[in-house]
Amino acid sequence: MTATDPALQALIDRIGQARAARTPLAIRGGSTKDFYGGTPSGEAFDVTALKGISSYEPSELVVTVRCGTPLEELERTLAEQGQCLPFEPPRFKPGGTVGGMVAAGLAGPSRAAAGGVRDYVLGATLLNGRGEVLSFGGQVMKNVAGYDVSRLLAGSLGVLGVICEVSLKVLPLQPATTTLRFELDQPTALKTLHGWAAQPLPINASAWWDGMLVVRLRGARAAVDAACAKLGGEHVDDALATTFWQGLRDHQDEFFVGAQKAVTHGASLWRLSLPAIAPPLPLSGEQLVEWSGAQRWICTSTPAAQLRDAAARVGGHATLFMAQDKSAGTFAPLAAPLDRLHRELKAAFDPDRIFNPGRLYPDL
Amino acid sequence: MNAPDERAARQRAAVAELSAVLPAHALLWQREDTVPYECDGLTAYRQLPLAVALPENDAQVAAVLQACHRLQVPVVARGAGTGLSGGALPHELGVTLSLAKFNKILSIDPLSQTAIVQCGVRNLAISEAAAPHGLYYAPDPSSQIACTIGGNVAENSGGVHCLKYGLTLHNVLRVKGFLADGTPVEFGSAALDVPGLDCLSVMIGSEGMLAVVTEVTVRLIPKPQLARCIMASFDDIQSAGNAVAAIIAAGIIPAGLEMMDKPMTAAVEDFVHAGYDLNAAAILLCESDGTPEEVAEEIQRMLDVLTGCGATRLEVSRDEAQRLKFWSGRKNAFPASGRISPDYMCMDSTIPRKRLADILTAIGEMEVKHGLRCVNVFHAGDGNLHPLILFDANDEDQLHRAEAFGADILETSVRLGGTITGEHGVGVEKLGSMCVQFSDAERAQMLALKAAFDPQGLLNPGKVIPTLQRCAEGGKMTVRRGLLPFAELERF
Repeated sequence: MTATDPALQALIDRIGQARAARTPLAIRGGSTKDFYGGTPSGEAFDVTALKGISSYEPSELVVTVRCGTPLEELERTLAEQGQCLPFEPPRFKPGGTVGGMVAAGLAGPSRAAAGGVRDYVLGATLLNGRGEVLSFGGQVMKNVAGYDVSRLLAGSLGVLGVICEVSLKVLPLQPATTTLRFELDQPTALKTLHGWAAQPLPINASAWWDGMLVVRLRGARAAVDAACAKLGGEHVDDALATTFWQGLRDHQDEFFVGAQKAVTHGASLWRLSLPAIAPPLPLSGEQLVEWSGAQRWICTSTPAAQLRDAAARVGGHATLFMAQDKSAGTFAPLAAPLDRLHRELKAAFDPDRIFNPGRLYPDL
Repeated sequence: MNAPDERAARQRAAVAELSAVLPAHALLWQREDTVPYECDGLTAYRQLPLAVALPENDAQVAAVLQACHRLQVPVVARGAGTGLSGGALPHELGVTLSLAKFNKILSIDPLSQTAIVQCGVRNLAISEAAAPHGLYYAPDPSSQIACTIGGNVAENSGGVHCLKYGLTLHNVLRVKGFLADGTPVEFGSAALDVPGLDCLSVMIGSEGMLAVVTEVTVRLIPKPQLARCIMASFDDIQSAGNAVAAIIAAGIIPAGLEMMDKPMTAAVEDFVHAGYDLNAAAILLCESDGTPEEVAEEIQRMLDVLTGCGATRLEVSRDEAQRLKFWSGRKNAFPASGRISPDYMCMDSTIPRKRLADILTAIGEMEVKHGLRCVNVFHAGDGNLHPLILFDANDEDQLHRAEAFGADILETSVRLGGTITGEHGVGVEKLGSMCVQFSDAERAQMLALKAAFDPQGLLNPGKVIPTLQRCAEGGKMTVRRGLLPFAELERF
């Protein structure tokens, strides 16, 4: 990607104007995740003109794609070649973009087994707050030249700059998938999952809700068959299972639909990211547990401080994922040295605070 | 005051301050005591530090950093000193912070499959400690018997299994340590993510320039029940390169996928007698691991692909002893090369896999152009190339030609869409080549990032990101007359 690209030049010009006028810009892709993070503020800065898959060679396991490319298009292109994004980024609504996927840094049901967004980022081209086009990382699996700025962008919510293009590692679709379910209460489900995790089993995803543990096995046919025989449980029909995991990934299954409705009535949807072995948390409200216990969703009216405290006590953190009142802040407050570091990093990339002010932290 | 006087004055000041915070045996400053620290695995560069601090606990590390911060003295953190790019080369006016005494495994937790270890614990020691639980730490740089986890974090080390199991980045959950001014800091978490920016991502591979790490939490994974390896011969390099692409295109992610060219094969066969095919133009090692059923299925699929790509000879390891034998030659490429040439220079570029034949053809032409031989080993699965340029350093002209040869390889790698270093790091060795790969604005952004962590520029200054003036010479790793420390270590 070069500065001679007219679409890119238009963005550079717009950044120049914003700097001169000191007007912040709210970076826009598919606008599917406005609910997440601090409320977008500033002038809308549509970057979807940077569109398209720049290069894709399946045998390299690498795809380079511009930020405005619909995630749907990327996933379709990969699927045609029998490949995928193994971290299953959520698609809350149709129209989400690859840039938004990286900026949000969210991963789906397979996260604990397959890794998160940053684990698959190999390189990125960024427009910083000075309107400079900068490339970091590359299109190869192993690369230790300079600091790994590209991975820092995953989950940055656009506060460091515009993610113009990313190179991602992709993987082959696994040949076999099977879903099993078990009637278990939460403590037993967690204990069972932790026992399985220490064994070489192809467990790719898990979800516990309302007395039912659902587990997805994925891998070589022989490995999945052997694991099925070992784990027992009840086999879930493949079509039903596919719908279930997709609904979970995109927050369109029963739990999340219910949670979204509760949010309109004043409840909050919290995402607790915890060490997987954290005990069941005695908090009021519906809980859905994913990632073998490392991600727990709670729909509740419990005060923010109580949730954040409960998460911190077991070594994790609580994110106010969806709520009408976000005055408690979306993300858990940072320890003092990290807070200072965030400010310094912001100043290093975007000295005039042009990009997405307040989206990650109120004064960032 | 002239330069030597000034250095002596700074040394006196540093030693006085550090003596106040360290026990006498934890501070070295006499020349004969600091000489062992004058270089790391890249012996071509040597420099005595002002002093070497060997703190024994976190409080002492913080105190050393605070003292150096007060005096504005640079600090270079050091683990086992096995690095190959001079990342731990002392600073002329700096203190070397040896973390050798941070060698305890603090906990191995089979339930959460994690280990908490001090930074000076050796890579292999983690897997050994986890073995009774059926777990291991996946990244396995060839120097794993000696290199430390702290050094692995600094370099984002890989290994021969990283295509399937990832780099250090993918296997470290959290690091604890100190910023340049001694402020304690923690990056990452025992959970799978953190609020805010993912600073751990940028810490890993930052070559000791952003913070000093003293404790690392790593992810352990269940040991596969079985591993088997195929050794495949090809009568031309192009077919071997195509076979690598065909295996990946078939949807297979082998546990290991390595290539050696003919001269390299001859050199290692002579050294380890692994039974390599000396007539082959290239040899591929393809490993599968998992349950016995999985391995049987994958080995058969790989054999089919390799046969279809024109393999001239195929052998599958019968048992663990034979599998290790197949690997022994590959892992001993470094010492084996030392036997066929007085000196060699090891390159470490990565290219897209599909450009393998292009780079090998280009290297062949460079052999003629520079009048020197080059043997090649290749982490084929992830595109990481290790050409070893053979020369005699006693011949000044050969040394210059070898350096020009190395710079040529790195520039060609960047032109083919690759990078100047896959796993050895930039250190001081590839400062020149950083200018080929990154623009002024990109390097300025990286320097600004460093300043966010370390505003005074005291941690490992002068490494990794070259200033404009430094943008002059090519990257290389020179080994002179077997003077390599740890010459017995397996490499790459």
